[in-house]
Amino acid sequence: MQPVGAVVPLRVDIAEKTFRSAQGVSITALQDLSFEVRQGEFACLLGPSGCGKTTTLRILLGLDKDFSGSFQLPEGGSNRIAAVFQEPILLPWRTVEQNVRLALPKSLRTKNLDGLFDTLGLAGMRSLYPAELSLGLARRAALARAFATEPAVLFLDEPFASLDERTAERLRHLLLTVWSARPTTALMVTHNLREALMLSDRIIVLAQRPAHVLGMFDVRLPRHYRNPQVMSDLLRSFHQKFPGVV
Amino acid sequence: MTAPDTGDRTPGAAAGSQSSLATALTPVLTVAVSLLGLCLLWGFAANAWPSRAFPGPGQVWQVLLAEAASGDLFYHLGATLGRVAAAYVIAMVVGSVIGVALGSYRSADRFFSPWVILFLNIPALVVIVLAYIWFGLNEAAAIGAVAVNKIPNVVVTMREGARALDPNYAEMAAVYRFGLLDRIRHVLLPQLQPYLAAASRSGIALIWKIVLVVELLGRSNGVGFQIYLYFQLFDVAAILAYTLAFVAVMLVIELLVVQPVERHATRWRRRPA
Repeated sequence: MQPVGAVVPLRVDIAEKTFRSAQGVSITALQDLSFEVRQGEFACLLGPSGCGKTTTLRILLGLDKDFSGSFQLPEGGSNRIAAVFQEPILLPWRTVEQNVRLALPKSLRTKNLDGLFDTLGLAGMRSLYPAELSLGLARRAALARAFATEPAVLFLDEPFASLDERTAERLRHLLLTVWSARPTTALMVTHNLREALMLSDRIIVLAQRPAHVLGMFDVRLPRHYRNPQVMSDLLRSFHQKFPGVV
Repeated sequence: MTAPDTGDRTPGAAAGSQSSLATALTPVLTVAVSLLGLCLLWGFAANAWPSRAFPGPGQVWQVLLAEAASGDLFYHLGATLGRVAAAYVIAMVVGSVIGVALGSYRSADRFFSPWVILFLNIPALVVIVLAYIWFGLNEAAAIGAVAVNKIPNVVVTMREGARALDPNYAEMAAVYRFGLLDRIRHVLLPQLQPYLAAASRSGIALIWKIVLVVELLGRSNGVGFQIYLYFQLFDVAAILAYTLAFVAVMLVIELLVVQPVERHATRWRRRPA
């Protein structure tokens, strides 16, 4: 664990989050959910579908303020956050490049984005409108937008969920390439265990609703050692530690 | 070697450009022929029932030329056009702000909705008369009265537009900390564009008709004032000349301003590949 007083960029301590339906039925989505993400760490929030992962992320993004508890994002300096949503959410009336630049703070608006666009294979598509992109390319544009802002914390909400497996796999590799070139603290929500094992340093395993942390799974291995053989070992040890999860 | 080559190619290319030119011109030709037909019908009718109250197109054209030569036509067209533009801008800005606010906040909408219905149903004439009584026979009262007539229409249209806003874009803008101006310009207005276009279209047509009434009742220039003047002289040719001149101006605005702006605003929509 981190020594006391060390700077943790993301500390989450949500006591409770309850949804009330129009009929007055209330559903507790999150209860006593607390975890930390360390500096420069790529963490995954893994849990079954509908357990409240996206709800957690919406709270951290400041989009849902109706909850009890607290969370702490980096203060001072570059305290920007960036998000890659389940859908790309690009402005359809702006080109790919305009979409990326609009997300940048004024001081970075004119910065050189050639390297980022090249890495993501978007070099020739900067002047296209989102409607002219395939779903996979639109996700890459969403990734470009998130990384261009040089965020202190990057949030990813199942960014590859609605893609076919081959495209998703290619995008995961792209994500790793971009992330290694611009390491940033990242928290990704997913229900895909293989994806979590491939991408993350640490997996935060959530229980069924109401969501709380079941435990942590550290993947200490550097990413380039995670070949298929190692991955199946990781899968086995994960299932030993968390039987019945996912 | 080249000469026969070009000889072979030119007719084909010419035929291709001719046919594309023809398809481009067909709608224009249709409109021209249709308008010409209306003029002919008008001419025949005027010949069949000759009367001072029903002049033919030739007479109207003569009056139009005379008024243009004296400069009166342009002076009065300009005055009316200025009022239309001012009332249009005020109505669109105020109506859009109110409409978007009502569309975004349900409780405000529930409270103010009866006001909107009330103002929608106040006759234009009542607003104009009251404005002249309360604020005097001046330009501000005239333009304000026209704008107040149009604002409820804009409010209703823009309220629908605000209800149709996609919250995803607003959330994305919030996460990436877009400034207020960026949010309005790049997130809000593009989503409202179809509604703005609808409100503008119906707005310009309605506004210029109300402007004529305003001019007739309390102004000493403008197309409405001239029509009232020639009404007292029973000069139907001049009335028609002014009316047609202004309709022509509005048509030109539609073709040269409204349509190009709309094409520019919708350039991002999926085009044929």
